[in-house]
Amino acid sequence: MRRQMWAALVLSAVLAVVTAGPAGASATATGKNEGKVSILAWPGYAENGSTAGYDWVTPFEKQTGCKASVKTFNTSDEAFQLFHTGQYDVVSASGDSALRSIVNGDTAPIDLKRVTNYADLAKFMKKQAWNSYKGKVYGVPHGWGANLLMWNKNAVTPAPTSWSVVFDKNSPYSGKITAPDNPIYIADAALYLSKTQPGLGIKNPYALDQKQFKAAVALLKQQKANIGEYWDSATKEQEAFTKASSVVGATWQYQANLVQQDTSAPPVETAIPQEGATAWSDNWFIQSNAKHPNCAYEWINWITSPQVQSQVAEYFGEAPANLKACTLTSDGGTHLGTPRAPGADATTSQCATYHAQDPAFYKQLSYWVTPTTKCLDGRTNVKCVAYKDWLSAWDEIKAS
Amino acid sequence: MTTTVQHPASGPSSPEPDERTGPPPAGTRRRAARFLARHRRVRLGLTLGAPLTWLLVIYVGALVALLMTSLFSLADDPTGLLTRLNTSLTLENYARLWNTAVYREVAQRTVVAAITVTVVDALLALPIAFYMAKVASPWGKRALVVAVTMPLWAGYLVKGYAWRAILDPGGGVLKEVFGSTPGFGSTSAIIVLCYLWFPYMVIPLFAGLERLPDSLLEASTDLGAKAGRTFWSVVMPQLLPALAAGSIFTFSLTLGDFYMNRIVGGTNEYIGNIVYRNFSADLPFSAAYAMVPVVIMVIYLLAIRRTGALEEL
Repeated sequence: MRRQMWAALVLSAVLAVVTAGPAGASATATGKNEGKVSILAWPGYAENGSTAGYDWVTPFEKQTGCKASVKTFNTSDEAFQLFHTGQYDVVSASGDSALRSIVNGDTAPIDLKRVTNYADLAKFMKKQAWNSYKGKVYGVPHGWGANLLMWNKNAVTPAPTSWSVVFDKNSPYSGKITAPDNPIYIADAALYLSKTQPGLGIKNPYALDQKQFKAAVALLKQQKANIGEYWDSATKEQEAFTKASSVVGATWQYQANLVQQDTSAPPVETAIPQEGATAWSDNWFIQSNAKHPNCAYEWINWITSPQVQSQVAEYFGEAPANLKACTLTSDGGTHLGTPRAPGADATTSQCATYHAQDPAFYKQLSYWVTPTTKCLDGRTNVKCVAYKDWLSAWDEIKAS
Repeated sequence: MTTTVQHPASGPSSPEPDERTGPPPAGTRRRAARFLARHRRVRLGLTLGAPLTWLLVIYVGALVALLMTSLFSLADDPTGLLTRLNTSLTLENYARLWNTAVYREVAQRTVVAAITVTVVDALLALPIAFYMAKVASPWGKRALVVAVTMPLWAGYLVKGYAWRAILDPGGGVLKEVFGSTPGFGSTSAIIVLCYLWFPYMVIPLFAGLERLPDSLLEASTDLGAKAGRTFWSVVMPQLLPALAAGSIFTFSLTLGDFYMNRIVGGTNEYIGNIVYRNFSADLPFSAAYAMVPVVIMVIYLLAIRRTGALEEL
């Protein structure tokens, strides 16, 4: 009897912890600032001076009186899970976690009247599948960019023009190839296959039927034999390239910038290979139960303002959402030495380098989204592989 | 080993501290003391209540929560975007573990690594512990104990990244000085884990050998036994409990480790890496996989108990 009571007690405690979710209230309170804001961000998006010379959090605190605590995350899964806890007021989310957060009720619709810079943000970034849902706007565009190919110029010659340098079984750089430790990377393999094996009929790397999915997984298993290390955080890849234990692999421009700033590191170069690239389009979201909604809006207004957008875009290496930032970015990213973005030379501006004002360029990239059983490319005669299965396939690839 | 429990109230050394340290005791205090002296159970409850609650809630509670979570499952949301937690109990996570080759392989790999680390550490630690306990001068003994335990003063990550700098195939210490390195991979992971858990093997062995009387070794030699025979017939039986204690540390610590793979393991993965990767997206499955090392440890401890080693610790 007593034992049963204990079991019931423990069980109910467990249930209370695991099933507790947000009630779905919306954070639209107006009024005075709460004096605090809790920010969940990709590394490099909310710099507070811990990297010398890059600080746009402290000026924000001074101007608004909102004390910011910043937590960074390494993967979209982590972002989704952390944001769901309700501890964070705002998050910079990519498409593969954003829609999940919206549908899960973790995000509040944005009151556009309170987003002072909204009119200046690139029109082609607004009302996309990853920042709006059922006609309502949930995310404020931040910036976008491609998942690039990075290589060590001393070790990798001639300069690669195709992803085959990381996917080919006989790649000469076997053992020194790196790849992101992230299930969404399966889309990179699918994108490569869509060009190299047109017979598979891959139209959208996030809409894969069983056969296409199996082909992508097989390619990644084959690739694994050539991988030296996967990177699960930007700093890990930065270090591997700095020490040349990795010499070629997929990256964000951010890591390339960090390696280029390091005078002891070998020179690296980045490019979008001929097969194209997967990409991210990031937005800021407000928690539906945000404890500091006013400061959250203050932060969004701050981070999307032209001045700060130019700083972030330059530091991270991405196209800013606020096109007014383009007139402010220093030519050629003098902050960072020479720009190594695709096709860049010392005279092109940051915005030109990343095609920030070019809707056609924006549309050709394959942005991270959450794969669902309903095929995202519009096919209705087959079922596509949902993200949950991407995750277990990633276990299979990595632990094989 | 026997211990004598002294009854605090009736023992010979039950002074009345109040009379010496302060003013005469207030009535309530005296009454409380009298009450406690007469009620053994209350006294026991007050002494052990807090630690026992801690043990139950934090220790057992966490394990029960883990077990319960592993019996939940995820159900697809109608949108197909999300999964919802289904709290009706099911064994489907365990079925998935059992039926998927890769999860069996990773579990096997982890156990093999744990055994390897244990064996390597035992082989390395035995001669060192023997030297420390039986050969070294008292001063040398103390110096060696400090030397062996010194790495415990540094943090796990500090040691991990130091080893990364040593093993780095792109220009680490080994590569620069000796021209070759195992690089990042399972070998390196095992090397570093052996290094990390080494003190946990040496110290129990050292303590075990210290308790072994020198006269036994002398008697064995007097009776004509060679070094090998003395070791197997005299030292080993006495040393088994210490070896068991050390192996519990090295085995369980390796079984639960995952971060060293991320630092020096290259693409190598253990149970913990898969648990870590899945816990945000599929908590019940991660919990089920996390139960595997728990079960292995229980089996390991039961096996050791059968040898009788635990009673002599």
